[in-house]
Amino acid sequence: MALTRRRTVLPGFGLTLGITVSYLSLLVLLPLGALVLEASEIGWAGLWNIATQPRVVAALELSFVSALAAAALDLLFGLVVAWTLVRYRFPGRRLLDALIDLPFALPTAVTGIALTALLAPTGWIGQVLEGAGIAAAFSRTGVVLALMFIGLPFVVRTIQPAVEDLDREVEEAARCLGASPWQTFRRVLFPALIPASVTGFALAFARGVGEYGSVVFISGNMPMRTEIAPVLIVGKLEQYDYAGAAAIATVMLALSLAMLLTIHFLQRWSARPV
Amino acid sequence: MKRALIAATALLLGLFLVLPLAAIFAEALRKGLGAYLASFSDPAARAAFRLTITVVLIAVPLNAAFGLCASWCITRFHFPGKALLTALIDLPLAVSPVVSGLAYVLLFGLHGWLGPWLMERDLQIIFAVPGIALATVFVTFPYVARELIPIMEEQGREQEEAARLLGAGGWQILWRITLPRVKWALLNGVVLCTARAMGEFGAVSVVSGHIRGKTNTVPLHVEILYNEYNSAAAFAVASSLALIALVTLAVKTWIERKTEVPDADRAGAH
Repeated sequence: MALTRRRTVLPGFGLTLGITVSYLSLLVLLPLGALVLEASEIGWAGLWNIATQPRVVAALELSFVSALAAAALDLLFGLVVAWTLVRYRFPGRRLLDALIDLPFALPTAVTGIALTALLAPTGWIGQVLEGAGIAAAFSRTGVVLALMFIGLPFVVRTIQPAVEDLDREVEEAARCLGASPWQTFRRVLFPALIPASVTGFALAFARGVGEYGSVVFISGNMPMRTEIAPVLIVGKLEQYDYAGAAAIATVMLALSLAMLLTIHFLQRWSARPV
Repeated sequence: MKRALIAATALLLGLFLVLPLAAIFAEALRKGLGAYLASFSDPAARAAFRLTITVVLIAVPLNAAFGLCASWCITRFHFPGKALLTALIDLPLAVSPVVSGLAYVLLFGLHGWLGPWLMERDLQIIFAVPGIALATVFVTFPYVARELIPIMEEQGREQEEAARLLGAGGWQILWRITLPRVKWALLNGVVLCTARAMGEFGAVSVVSGHIRGKTNTVPLHVEILYNEYNSAAAFAVASSLALIALVTLAVKTWIERKTEVPDADRAGAH
């Protein structure tokens, strides 16, 4: 380390690294360590027992499948929105662009009650959907809609820079050589947007899996049907079942960590020289 | 094609983003302006606002200072384990807020690892203000660092090295060179961190214990009002958070415009 440090004359390496590592260890690694230790006390068999209870499996399945569905729909919408906001100039564009971050800036509890008010059978959108025979609030549909709302900025903000980087000459060349707009998109544009799309999808998914505030109001929290994993953890905690809560949390943490590693891997892969 | 895409985008964002926002204000004003304003004079509401401001004032400066330290050592020096450290800073983003709250309960709670030790010394962290502040620090942990690291990486260390060789000390470099060059990124990080700290729900909900007037933050107060079927008051308080969110977006857009100009200048200079 001494050898590499000699390359710069700047001061403060020891101090800032020391602060960074201690702060990270105390505030992030120590609590997460306590969580994993608590879960490890019940052993692999106990952990497996809790993780395979029907109610736990149903909650994990709901959280992961809804987050996947929401991230996929967000990706679809995000591509359209990012493309439109980068490529076209129209009145209100800057306002719409600024609004993209709203789900991020709005507290999740506020999002939750607002979406519930909209989608409830008496709400503005709920009335219309009820007429069409769709129950949006207190159902899986509601969970997916809430997660879509939360995940949209992650997808749009990741894809926007990639669209900005696209070389217009390449797509013009494709059109001049006789490709249809659809062919140009599928063969020329979309491949260039794949890395950003994958990262945006993964970020939206990771956020959606652990989401609590925006979902808890709209889902109705019916065990086995619309109860997401974080709600189940809160429930266990309220019954003072610390081991059970820690076990479910550890399973979620392991899955989230796998996601984080994938995102890092994908980011490195998308940043590689082509 | 162009018109169709613009129409689709406007419709989508209108339905998805503008309508929920409109619903908050419509619901909040359903019982009239008098009832709306009365929601804020409730002592429990006032206590919630005070607590939220306290928590923001603890969490944001801590994470801003941490962000500066982390970005300084990561972007100005080479050391083994740098990639791991950078990845670990992002870790809180991949952890469910509820799980992070639970982790603090298991560490500091009565049945937690440090619980008995804290109890002997009569220190309460869980179901008290310190726990709420800690949970908020956890969920807003990476925001400032994430804004600073890419921009400091891009700027390089030549100017700071030059200042050092001309005899500037560490603090002088920080105040005269580094901070003026990263101020917009720092401000952006602080704005994001503040927005998230003010609105955090899941993590805070787990550690707070929901003691009315004592450990309820504004989002928790909204939840309680809503669950008591006091919908108008819940939306009234929520509307104040929505207004803050809109101000956050305005500030963020303003910062982005500010930082676009030097980019154009730089492009012109080349």
